[in-house]
Amino acid sequence: MTTTTTMTFPSPPRHAAQRLRWVLADSWTITRRDLAHWVRQPVQVVLGLLFPIMVVLMFGYLFGGGMAVPGGGGYREFLMPGMYAMTMLFGIEATYAAVATDAARGITDRFRAMPMAGSAVVVGRSVADLLHAALGLAVMVGCGLAVGWRWHGGVGAALAAFGLLLLLRFAVLWVGIYLGLLLRNPEALVALQVLVWPVLFLSNALVAPDTMPGWLGVVAELNPLSATVSATRELFENPGWGESSRLDRYAVPLALGWPILLTAIFLPLSVRLYRRLDR
Amino acid sequence: MHDNTPAIRAEGLRKRYGERFALDGLDLHVPAGTVHGLLGPNGAGKTTLVRILTTLLRFDAGRAEVAGQDVARRPDLVRYRIGLVGQHAAVDEVLSGRQNLAMFGRLYHLPGAVADRRADELLDRFGLADSGDRPVGRYSGGMRRRLDLAAGLILAPEVLFLDEPTTGLDPRGRNEMWAAVRDLAGAGTTVLLTTQYLDEADQLADRISVVDAGRIVADGTPDELKSRLGGDRIDIVLHRLADLPEAAELLGRIADGPVNRDDDDRRISAPVRDRIGALGALVRGLDERDIAAEDIALRRPTLDEVFLHLTGGTGGEARAGGRGGPAGPTGDLADEENREVAR
Repeated sequence: MTTTTTMTFPSPPRHAAQRLRWVLADSWTITRRDLAHWVRQPVQVVLGLLFPIMVVLMFGYLFGGGMAVPGGGGYREFLMPGMYAMTMLFGIEATYAAVATDAARGITDRFRAMPMAGSAVVVGRSVADLLHAALGLAVMVGCGLAVGWRWHGGVGAALAAFGLLLLLRFAVLWVGIYLGLLLRNPEALVALQVLVWPVLFLSNALVAPDTMPGWLGVVAELNPLSATVSATRELFENPGWGESSRLDRYAVPLALGWPILLTAIFLPLSVRLYRRLDR
Repeated sequence: MHDNTPAIRAEGLRKRYGERFALDGLDLHVPAGTVHGLLGPNGAGKTTLVRILTTLLRFDAGRAEVAGQDVARRPDLVRYRIGLVGQHAAVDEVLSGRQNLAMFGRLYHLPGAVADRRADELLDRFGLADSGDRPVGRYSGGMRRRLDLAAGLILAPEVLFLDEPTTGLDPRGRNEMWAAVRDLAGAGTTVLLTTQYLDEADQLADRISVVDAGRIVADGTPDELKSRLGGDRIDIVLHRLADLPEAAELLGRIADGPVNRDDDDRRISAPVRDRIGALGALVRGLDERDIAAEDIALRRPTLDEVFLHLTGGTGGEARAGGRGGPAGPTGDLADEENREVAR
């Protein structure tokens, strides 16, 4: 046996300030863990970033030729806000995979049996996922600019649009954490990868709900994804279907409301599920 | 080491899932510095007990203390004093072994530089220094478990919980794990080990508690548990299968318990109290009847036999008489416990 480091034995935080410092320190440790994953798996990160670009090319050039946007404007100008929102939605896969894998492998239990701050697991995860989302968004904007998408509004409006997109990602994050803790099965990711598509298709991201059969159009309009897409189109001043949609008038409030509502539901549910792991 | 405070003290622990009691008034005392084996079939409550003692699970009634701290009231204090190695290798597969240990060290609130140094030390100690920078996903099963064990030892815990640490390991991985546990025990760490493998408990544990249906049904050193089955056993392997009934009848008259017959191996086996007398009588009897034996052996019962006996498996009707005294609940070996503490 080798010589052992003499360790000043850490003890629990004595006051609130120290507790907060530890929450932050532990969260950063967890975030760094995810960042280290990117460095260790660069190929996967690049493939993950390329996938939405492929979807842009597929819809923008393969199907887009047959699309006419009412009120003029190119289909790709119309499409890109939908693609940004899609990237945020599909982020649920990464969140779910990470949470379910930790739960299934016993890593969640190891964390719980350690004196670390419980909230750090989630805070660290959120920060890492939002960083990932921001990177994904940056790549997609580059892709959009390359295929002829532009924003026509002010910088402030554009930043607000990106903010709404990240807000959607934040809401999706909590759904992902909840499902991951509930199912604790990394293999169920395959089901999730299939189920995100109907959420995308049943929205205004690719086509106008007007063109769908009546009830389907209603579902598509109510889809939280549609709210974010409409609002970002408005803020980027990209073409939309404008007056034809009943809810478009309230796009920005809805794009704020839906993610906040989803977070208000799934954040407490996730916390409850995490706390109930000791039952 | 705290000489007087037991490292683990559980009293009347109950844990209910609906109608079923996973733990049903379980008592356990583990003196500091000893290796204690928890033995029992699947679903007996071993893992439930470990999860309770490691603050992962709440319990419904009773008291539990680990390293002198109340588990229910101060789980935070308990968490600084324990290490847990569960049934999975709970390590990040993407990160390297070194990154894993450094991360866990930081989460124990060691300063970054100390956490890094501790990671290197532990990699060295568990023979993982050369593979420290490889992703854990490419480790062998044995290496992964050793890394898992190292992660449980970052703060040099007073009490280490090992929940079926060798399940799914090949013999080499298992031997490596056993050596590591012996090292730890030698250095004074208290270890609570759950296992389904009787030889594992026999090899590692100073004392063993047999758990069944949420209770401790027997408690003692491996030797004491074996004695409870009624002393030694005689095994006879016959040359001809046809002789089996007659030989079994003969052994039945000499033995102090029921005779087990294994026709496939042409083997009969029974407990005996007066070993030499019984052996002599058996050899004479076989001679008189002209029964040829291939092998006759006097041996201690295996823990498998004790286990099946105590948990109501085959041969369960044989009441434990003999030297060990009745198979009572925990605590009837108090003098044994004193010896352990005094050590």
